[in-house]
Amino acid sequence: MQDKVYSLGVDIGSTTAKVVLLDGEEIKYEKYERHNSAVREKTAEILRKVYDKYGDIAVKPAISGSAGLGLAEAAKLPFVQEVYAEGEVVKRKEPDTQCVIELGGEDAKIIFFDGGTDERMNGTCAGGTGAFIDQMATLLNVSVDELDELSLKAKKIYPIASRCGVFAKTDIQPLLNQGAKKEDVAASIYKSVVNQTIAGLARGKRISGKVLFLGGPLYFLKGLQKSFKETLNLDDKNAIFPPYSRFAVALGAAYYAEKTSIDIKLSNLIDKISNSSHSVLKTDIAPLFLNEEDYAEFTARHNKAVVKKADLNSYKGNVYIGIDCGSTTTKLAVIGEDKELLYSYYGSNHGNPIEIVKAQLIDIYSHLSPDCRIAGSAVTGYGEELIKNAFNIDVGVVETIAHFTAAKFFKQDVDFILDIGGQDIKCFKIRGGAIDSIMLNEACSSGCGSFLETFAKALGYDIAEFAKLGLYAKHPVNLGSRCTVFMNSSVKQAQKDGAGIDDISAGLSISVVKNAIYKVIRATSISELGKNIVVQGGTFYNDAVLRAFERELGFNVIRPDIAGLMGAYGAAIYSMSVKESRIIGYEELEHFTHSSKGILCNGCTNHCHLTVNTFSGGKSFISGNSCEKPLASRSGYSTNPDLYVDKREYFKSLKQNFRSDKNYKIGLPLCLGNYELIPLWYNLFDKLGFELEVSPESNRQIYELGQFTIPSDTACYPAKIMHGHILKLIQDGCDAVFYPCLPYNVDEEFTDNHYNCPVVAYYSELLHSNVSETESIDFMYPYLNINDKKELCIELYQILGKKFNISKKQIKEAVDYGFNKLNEYREYVAKRGEEAVKYARENNMRILILAGRPYHVDSEICHNIDKLARSLGFVVVSEDSIYHLAKNKRVEVKVLNQWTYHSRLYLAAQYAVENKDVELCQLVSFGCGVDAITTDEVRRILEDGGKLYTQLKIDEITNLGSIKIRLRSLLGAIEERGC
Amino acid sequence: MENQKYIPFTEDMKKEYKILIPDMLPIHFGLIAKMMEKYGYDMEVLKNHGASVAETGLKYVHNDTCYPAILVIGQFIEALESGKYDIHKTALIYFQTGGGCRASNYIFLLRKALEKAGYGFVPVISISLNGLEKHPGFKLSFGRVVRMFYCIIYGDMLMSLKNQVAPYEKNVGDCDRAIEEITASLGAKVANMGLSFRTVKKNCRKIIERFKSIPVEQKPKVKVGVVGEIYVKYSSLGNNGLEKFLLKEDAEPVVPGLLDFFLYTLYSKITDRKLFGLNKSLYPLFVILYKFLLKKQKEFIALTAKDGRFDSPMPFSEVSKLIDGYINEGVKMGEGWLLTAEMLELKERGVKNIICAQPFGCLPNHICGKGMMKPIKDRNPDMNIVAVDYDAGATKVNQENRIKLMLACARDNLDGEIKNAI
Repeated sequence: MQDKVYSLGVDIGSTTAKVVLLDGEEIKYEKYERHNSAVREKTAEILRKVYDKYGDIAVKPAISGSAGLGLAEAAKLPFVQEVYAEGEVVKRKEPDTQCVIELGGEDAKIIFFDGGTDERMNGTCAGGTGAFIDQMATLLNVSVDELDELSLKAKKIYPIASRCGVFAKTDIQPLLNQGAKKEDVAASIYKSVVNQTIAGLARGKRISGKVLFLGGPLYFLKGLQKSFKETLNLDDKNAIFPPYSRFAVALGAAYYAEKTSIDIKLSNLIDKISNSSHSVLKTDIAPLFLNEEDYAEFTARHNKAVVKKADLNSYKGNVYIGIDCGSTTTKLAVIGEDKELLYSYYGSNHGNPIEIVKAQLIDIYSHLSPDCRIAGSAVTGYGEELIKNAFNIDVGVVETIAHFTAAKFFKQDVDFILDIGGQDIKCFKIRGGAIDSIMLNEACSSGCGSFLETFAKALGYDIAEFAKLGLYAKHPVNLGSRCTVFMNSSVKQAQKDGAGIDDISAGLSISVVKNAIYKVIRATSISELGKNIVVQGGTFYNDAVLRAFERELGFNVIRPDIAGLMGAYGAAIYSMSVKESRIIGYEELEHFTHSSKGILCNGCTNHCHLTVNTFSGGKSFISGNSCEKPLASRSGYSTNPDLYVDKREYFKSLKQNFRSDKNYKIGLPLCLGNYELIPLWYNLFDKLGFELEVSPESNRQIYELGQFTIPSDTACYPAKIMHGHILKLIQDGCDAVFYPCLPYNVDEEFTDNHYNCPVVAYYSELLHSNVSETESIDFMYPYLNINDKKELCIELYQILGKKFNISKKQIKEAVDYGFNKLNEYREYVAKRGEEAVKYARENNMRILILAGRPYHVDSEICHNIDKLARSLGFVVVSEDSIYHLAKNKRVEVKVLNQWTYHSRLYLAAQYAVENKDVELCQLVSFGCGVDAITTDEVRRILEDGGKLYTQLKIDEITNLGSIKIRLRSLLGAIEERGC
Repeated sequence: MENQKYIPFTEDMKKEYKILIPDMLPIHFGLIAKMMEKYGYDMEVLKNHGASVAETGLKYVHNDTCYPAILVIGQFIEALESGKYDIHKTALIYFQTGGGCRASNYIFLLRKALEKAGYGFVPVISISLNGLEKHPGFKLSFGRVVRMFYCIIYGDMLMSLKNQVAPYEKNVGDCDRAIEEITASLGAKVANMGLSFRTVKKNCRKIIERFKSIPVEQKPKVKVGVVGEIYVKYSSLGNNGLEKFLLKEDAEPVVPGLLDFFLYTLYSKITDRKLFGLNKSLYPLFVILYKFLLKKQKEFIALTAKDGRFDSPMPFSEVSKLIDGYINEGVKMGEGWLLTAEMLELKERGVKNIICAQPFGCLPNHICGKGMMKPIKDRNPDMNIVAVDYDAGATKVNQENRIKLMLACARDNLDGEIKNAI
């Protein structure tokens, strides 16, 4: 027996187990392995390897890591929090470190060491780092190593949303579909991880000095290292990537173990871990299938929903081609005159749908008999325009209509369709033979099918195998019904509780269904959905998901045998109305080539990143544009009235006034509440003789300028962008910046109260506390009452009177002047609104109310959705330009109608209800808590009035693809209804 | 608003209806329910917990609504569905602060949810200082408000003493037994409560004595303050049993009382006058009530302070001064400036470790919670604060992991202090 005691650190993260054995300072043993959620077994297995090598030594153990918490509790072993463990490493190894950045499977951490330790971990909504990169690699169809190599060859970076993995994914997908280079996308992915880490965790604190990078991804991925170094501006001396990077937590746990009192024999420790009992799982979810008969009955029932098949080679007559170019997969269907399926294809588009479609078309052409003629073709899905342009497809059809067409084939009286695809959930209710309402998943809860797939892969299974595991699971785990990032941590919790793979598989299928029903459809009772339900989308091939859905509903649904092909099949049926097909010929197709390159558009200040696709024969197609400007074929509607443009023009007219009376420059940020009140403040201060500067309309650069001072990253984008505006004004040499605190907004009759939302009201308090540059100027954020001129005069006199030698009379004059100008502005907006309505009626056009808040006018915030709407043929008005036209000002609102901006939404909805040619889309900023209340009310008002409700959720995200689908679906639905 | 339709709670209902109260502060609300017996009300604090509460809530409320609304509404509807109550003889009550926070809408969301669930006929009583609604069968007279205030004093004291003694008790469970015993005897007393503060003081002294009699073992423990959005801060349903978790982790929880929030709500009326010239007619009344209650609070604090054994909170008037240079007292939506002030108050009381508990995406908390952490940490580098989000989708393991990180640092700091002292 030896007296020597080793220290043993065990770190069990979300995906891997790490073990380090220490003899003093010397690392005797280290191991890094994936545990595939078999936490206990894997840990014991690694420790046995240590035993084989060193015998039954005495150790002081400590366990760390998110999945280690449960194990340590069950086995009664010392536990050390992982960030704390890393702190131990820093103290020993690199004591002059200022900051540690660590990326793990699902966690991201930053620890600051300047003056005390300040440790930050990612919040619940910023998950996915290592796992996120894995997911992205899958999306690009490369290994993680290949992704890394690709990234080093990048030439340009695309902006990718950096809030969470799902968001980034919705940005990347269209880039791939539009033909962006994989090298560039790879580097952009890294850049988004870097931004996410810094913006999400540093929260206003600057990262400088010596930085230590830890964790698996930062150890393996050179491109990621490079991206961090570049973004943080670090040289080699200050960016440390140590050899123990992957084991850092385990190493720290070992250091911590040294200080603990427990000595234990290794054999004893292995026993303890192997025998640790887990808390018994409590679950009230019943198994999906009790036994095999149960399953057989289910399978037999669903085998009845089939489409007639025929052989393409021997078919004579007209054929129709439907293509569904989705976000992750491409589907093709060829049908005959009786809608029989002659040919089908379903496969991943591997980030390059053009090549897939080309190969499939060649294959189809080669099978056609001479008596066969292609009579029509149609394309739908994310890649619709690209494919349409590349191959001269006859018509493009919006996804929702394509799916409805297909569903009708299976069930003429279908009244509800649920489609769960790789990336999105689509549901539509059908009333009176037309689409009545459309629900698409928000960007934050997407990733349904591909989520299951990626999860299966991460656990070491393919999706079919993984789904099967769940069919007979005894205790499916309850994983909640929220976005996938949350599900990741729910799974972590389940693993901690000792759930098996089968239970997790079943649980995931159930949560996908619950997500669809309760998050996307937001159903409260099953009868709300409908009686004749058709389900489709590739995800429903998964019997566990299908069963879970029927279980949740309490009755049976129809799953066509071509569930994954419905978009393509519907497009094919749709194309039967084409008179003469122009689709690309065989010969041309054989010589078809395609290349793409990225350019920066200089058409306007937006500077969109465009992808120019060039096809053989000199044709080209531009994508990535947010307006029609760079396109050769100009839209004929660009001159439609657009209140958003009118308002922007007005704000642009408030230029710097270059007064020098006071020799004092006040900056007015064009943000939040100022998007309405700036006429008041601008003219008031102008009258008083101050030099003024209004910050310019937002853009990405302005956001990035202030990005690192944002303390709460779940606040809305309009608020977060304000940090940049303030800094811009300070940089431009303003002596003061003025953004008052206004808990009370303008009192407009008919409401219960007239508040601003807490963020609009008090954001200055946060800016003052978190943007340290505000200390260098006079940051004015007084509490003001703008409903009582007398009060306002008193309040302003207190601030300005003495300091600038301004008399009470002057203040009063300035206040009056300011209010006159504000009223002029409001009248102008109302007048323009009326004119737009008149124009639309004279020219027989539809009117779209883009209803949001005044600050949604900012083109960076609304991503020029107004232009998009115009290009679809709408006349665009804002909620504040027409709400005065509603006849019934006392529209019944079932919630407390107490916010000024929000009450306009209800009146705008009422106006839409009162007018046949007016539609409303509600713009909702991600993170807006108040809109959780208003959206339901606006929807209710519209639906009670027989109108369609459409919600457009917006954030930093710049992908207009899904928004376009919504708007087009709205148009399609209106037309089908015959309005 | 005149077209606002709601079912008023009538005088007749008072006689035969049972009123259900959500479970936020079981001790406080239990006492208030008892006290209301005096006026002939039959009230019950709900006890249904578990994951099904949130599930029920998610079904009937927009999923992006704040977590407290989801829980409160879920708990009510689950109770109505349970079959335990005669649903045609049941009313619900909820307290609301009013103001620009979306929490003012809880009552309306609750009514909408009830309608969806088929319980549209169940009356909902909304209590608020703003007098948003009229319920003939449920009025808040001056006497009732003052008595309610006294119940809050008892509740705050019990909660505070329990937190100070429980971590150190020699015989596990002593504190819980003391609480049971006291609430039982207090229950009878509050049901016949007079307006005299002298009785309250007498009872408080008894409570102090009772807690002093519990044998304890004094050893240094990490003190952890809990601040945040009011529901999540107090309700074990909302914060996944935070107090219990802290006790298990060998820490002493310090949870600021409800009294300050009560005063804060009243005080914001006074601020509205000062900053915006509002409430001119009612202003003198608010000032009188505020001064009266503040005086009582000071007397109450003096009781504990005089005894000397237990730590006591700072009077509201001093707490409100702490925010100078941090945040303006005009921030009055949600917990507003009080949240910032409570963090600073805890620090004054020697509690440097703080959990700021908030519902995911809480709007006022962007400003007065997360938004104030930088200046607080800049000026008080020894403070150790962690923000924890609570949500139907957030998991306990993530929350606990974050808290454990804070605790690990707290223990280090404590060890350091002990060494320095030696």
